Amino acid sequence: MPVNPEIQGRQYPPTPPYLVGREKVREFARAVQAEHPLHHDVDAARAAGHADVIAPPTFPIVIQQLTWNQLLDDPAAGIVLERIVHGDQRFTATRAIVAGDELTGQLTVTRVRSLGGNDMVTCETRVTDASGEHVVTATSSLVVAGEAA
Amino acid sequence: MSALSGLEVGHVVAERDVVLSRESLVRYAGASGDFNPIHYRDDVAAAVGLPGVLAHGMLTMGIAVQPVVDWAGPDRILDYQVRFTRPVVVDPETGAALHVAAKVGQLGEGTARIDLTVTSAEQTMLGKAQVVVKTDG
Repeated sequence: MPVNPEIQGRQYPPTPPYLVGREKVREFARAVQAEHPLHHDVDAARAAGHADVIAPPTFPIVIQQLTWNQLLDDPAAGIVLERIVHGDQRFTATRAIVAGDELTGQLTVTRVRSLGGNDMVTCETRVTDASGEHVVTATSSLVVAGEAA
Repeated sequence: MSALSGLEVGHVVAERDVVLSRESLVRYAGASGDFNPIHYRDDVAAAVGLPGVLAHGMLTMGIAVQPVVDWAGPDRILDYQVRFTRPVVVDPETGAALHVAAKVGQLGEGTARIDLTVTSAEQTMLGKAQVVVKTDG
């Protein structure tokens, strides 16, 4: 089944709040070989004016994945995980994510187009904090392979 | 005075060699929650026609920005984008070696665009890999 072109413009409900844990930040930082003290050392982060350790720039993918799951779970969308190739990715931040943040993601499908037997789905996840303020927007293009591929 | 002053377009601000092993992939899967088996199972990778187990694109993206993070500070990264142009195949024994070079691409008002070149065995793995950092304040 190809990707349903009618999902263009569709917005999914905001995800339940995700509490960013200090050890999760450290674990994610180790996984991407991020050694800067602001990711690991609470005192260093506080001295730099942050409430706690701050997450690496690609950490919002954790929230974005929760919103991708909504898209994959939507039978009307026609998107199957095994057929997806990540085309491109962007993070546009208002501020860094800090341990203790409660984050919510809301996904909008901004574009669906056919491309030589494949479908290209562009989606945008807007991540906001507990007070509703913008933290970061994660934008992705996902290439969904056609049946014959 | 600006914290990151005196930048010139074309200037290399950071460079790094990185090795990804299968352990790196398992660690990233756990940390990120991306458990797609093409990133840790040879049989699944082969079944879907891949040349081998691949690094998560997001792992490559996450590691590639680190030289810039160390140079500028993690709270100065305003925007970061990449295009995944070529998959990084991670050999079970030797892993995959990546080289990252970060160069000033453009200077803006209180910002600088840093362009990343990420190569493995002389091939470019990421396209349009650009980081916008805050240079003032």
